[in-house]
Amino acid sequence: MAKMIGLIEVDIETCKGCSLCVEACPTSVIELAEEVNGKGYNYAYMENPDACIGCANCSMVCPDSCITVYRKKVEMV
Amino acid sequence: MSELRLMKGNEAIAEAAIRCGADGYFGYPITPQSEVMETLMTLRPWETTGMVVLQAESEVASINMLYGGAGSGKRVMTSSSSPGISLMQEGLSYMAGAELPCLVANVVRGGPGLGTIQPSQSDYFQSVKGGGHGDYKLIVLAPASVQEMADFVELGFDLAFKYRNPAMILSDGMIGQMMEKVELSPQKERWTNEEIEKMHPWATTGKRPDRERNIITSVELDSEAHETFNNKLQAKYREIEENEVRYELTDVEDADYLIVAYGSSARISAAAIEILREKGIKAGLLRPITLYPFPSKKIKELSGGLKGVLSVEMSSGQMVEDVRLAVEGKVKVEHFGRYGGVVHSPEEVANALEQKLNGGK
Amino acid sequence: MEENSMAEVFNDIKKPENLVYSKSKVLTDNVMHYCPGCSHGVVHRILAEVIEELGVQDKTIGVAPVGCSVLMYNYIDIDWQEAAHGRAPAVGTAINRLWPEKIVFTYQGDGDLAAIGTAETIHACNRGENMIMLFINNGIYGMTGGQMAPTTLKGMKSSTCPFGREPAQDGNPLKITELLAQLPGTSLVTRQAVHTPAAVRKTKKALLKAFENQKQKKGTSVIEVVSTCNSGWKMTPVESNKWMAENMFPFYPLGDFKDE
Repeated sequence: MAKMIGLIEVDIETCKGCSLCVEACPTSVIELAEEVNGKGYNYAYMENPDACIGCANCSMVCPDSCITVYRKKVEMV
Repeated sequence: MSELRLMKGNEAIAEAAIRCGADGYFGYPITPQSEVMETLMTLRPWETTGMVVLQAESEVASINMLYGGAGSGKRVMTSSSSPGISLMQEGLSYMAGAELPCLVANVVRGGPGLGTIQPSQSDYFQSVKGGGHGDYKLIVLAPASVQEMADFVELGFDLAFKYRNPAMILSDGMIGQMMEKVELSPQKERWTNEEIEKMHPWATTGKRPDRERNIITSVELDSEAHETFNNKLQAKYREIEENEVRYELTDVEDADYLIVAYGSSARISAAAIEILREKGIKAGLLRPITLYPFPSKKIKELSGGLKGVLSVEMSSGQMVEDVRLAVEGKVKVEHFGRYGGVVHSPEEVANALEQKLNGGK
Repeated sequence: MEENSMAEVFNDIKKPENLVYSKSKVLTDNVMHYCPGCSHGVVHRILAEVIEELGVQDKTIGVAPVGCSVLMYNYIDIDWQEAAHGRAPAVGTAINRLWPEKIVFTYQGDGDLAAIGTAETIHACNRGENMIMLFINNGIYGMTGGQMAPTTLKGMKSSTCPFGREPAQDGNPLKITELLAQLPGTSLVTRQAVHTPAAVRKTKKALLKAFENQKQKKGTSVIEVVSTCNSGWKMTPVESNKWMAENMFPFYPLGDFKDE
């Protein structure tokens, strides 16, 4: 059986912690970090990376274009 | 081939615009200048030279169309009369701030408000002092004949592009409406798009991969940077003042009295000088052709040997302030003019000079 | 998953062939000045994506407004003109007439397009100027600090209607997009949003259509994007999206008004 595994990369310094990606993620992958970036924002990160399916919904709603998305189809044994 | 024609000043502007290779005219009807767009719409230059002519929804829209056209490197112009020019002040300030070249012809009528449709010269302050908000100047040309209405179209465009600054033809209802013989220049080619991209690398013609994006804007939120930009503008105005002053002198060599007058008033004053000279009063005329830059140096230079200076203008006294500044108190400066749409006669001008400067004899 | 094996998995996925989404090359590296969660950023992004996908970076000229997006020329790497408040359609008109082979779009907020610039908006659309007009409607003046907009809803609070908009005092909210759909010069008139991934995809599709219309010289394409202003509305970005769906959409329904 094949499964999609995804990965997001957040440009931490560009992220403003608006949390729209957290809301848009269908598999609850993203959270805002406890730490802040250089501008004082709690940036987005993958809290549950295993759940990411690489759907790119997060990048779709991101106003600051700070999310890069990868996706790979893997055969499960 | 140049061509000799009898035509109105307003018609001459339209003819000259097409012939000098203008790219676009955007305007809104208002008396006494409506013949400019009427002539263009009749001549249909888009079928010959490719010049665009568009009747806008307002003068506000017209001047902002000029912003768009000038910002993309095209030679664009409009014409209007006083109330319409007031509406354009916002756009002119933005164009000066974005350093955009354009040509605006103002065929002045009497104000304030809706005023009258008769000739006046009461838009002097608005034209030469900036007019809109901020520290800026327009290059202002004052034609005194239908010939100059035609000639100043190309001159106005040339100066506007030389300095990347709006230029204005400051005419009045008399010059706009009267008919005179005019020699029209031969047709010139419009700039090609390739020429525009080469000549005006700042223009928004589409960002080519080999250059940075071009931005036409007048906003700068960093005050220090904005002061630096304003200094650059001021340096440009000093350069214009140094290089572009134009005027015409008549009978000044032996003159005791000098009349300073532009446009229609200069023609009337020329006749007044003849009347005065017949009476033995030696008067001469300085006709500023550029109102900004103003021929202050020349007026100052002449004032040393004079008994008095009369500023003749169809206003309650606007240019007289610049004449007074020019002479630096060396000689008495008086103003004469009918206004509110009334045109003074040569006799009235001659009498005023006698009354105000020659002891009232 | 162990730390080491996780890193291995990531490295395995993070390869160019697996790339699903990355920032458009038509966007500059400047960090946008907008508040966190502002809809402007999303619209800018999909605009840049459309320009990149259609390969029209070298022939697109944008006209920026006065308002929060006054500095949008810092973010999209094309030629720009920044217009006076409300005058973008007039500025765009001339560029379109003088450079008919270029692509011209205007980008305006509600105050710019539907209050101070109403005349320019209506007449550009009525002439059918061959350009794209993007309209960001968040029912408030963001840049000046949250004053009432022509599109502020009845009862909605702003700094100049602090007790809520009352039509007797403040007039009514203006549905200008419906009005523009009546004009013969418009070809595409649509109202979209960017609050969900699906909405973003639909708005991008509308944009692609608008660019296509311009290529085919179909006249004016108007795309309204009902947007949030979480700072002006005094809500979080997530709350703003919810509030917009509950309050803005009933009065400003999404969908195509015209597609000819």
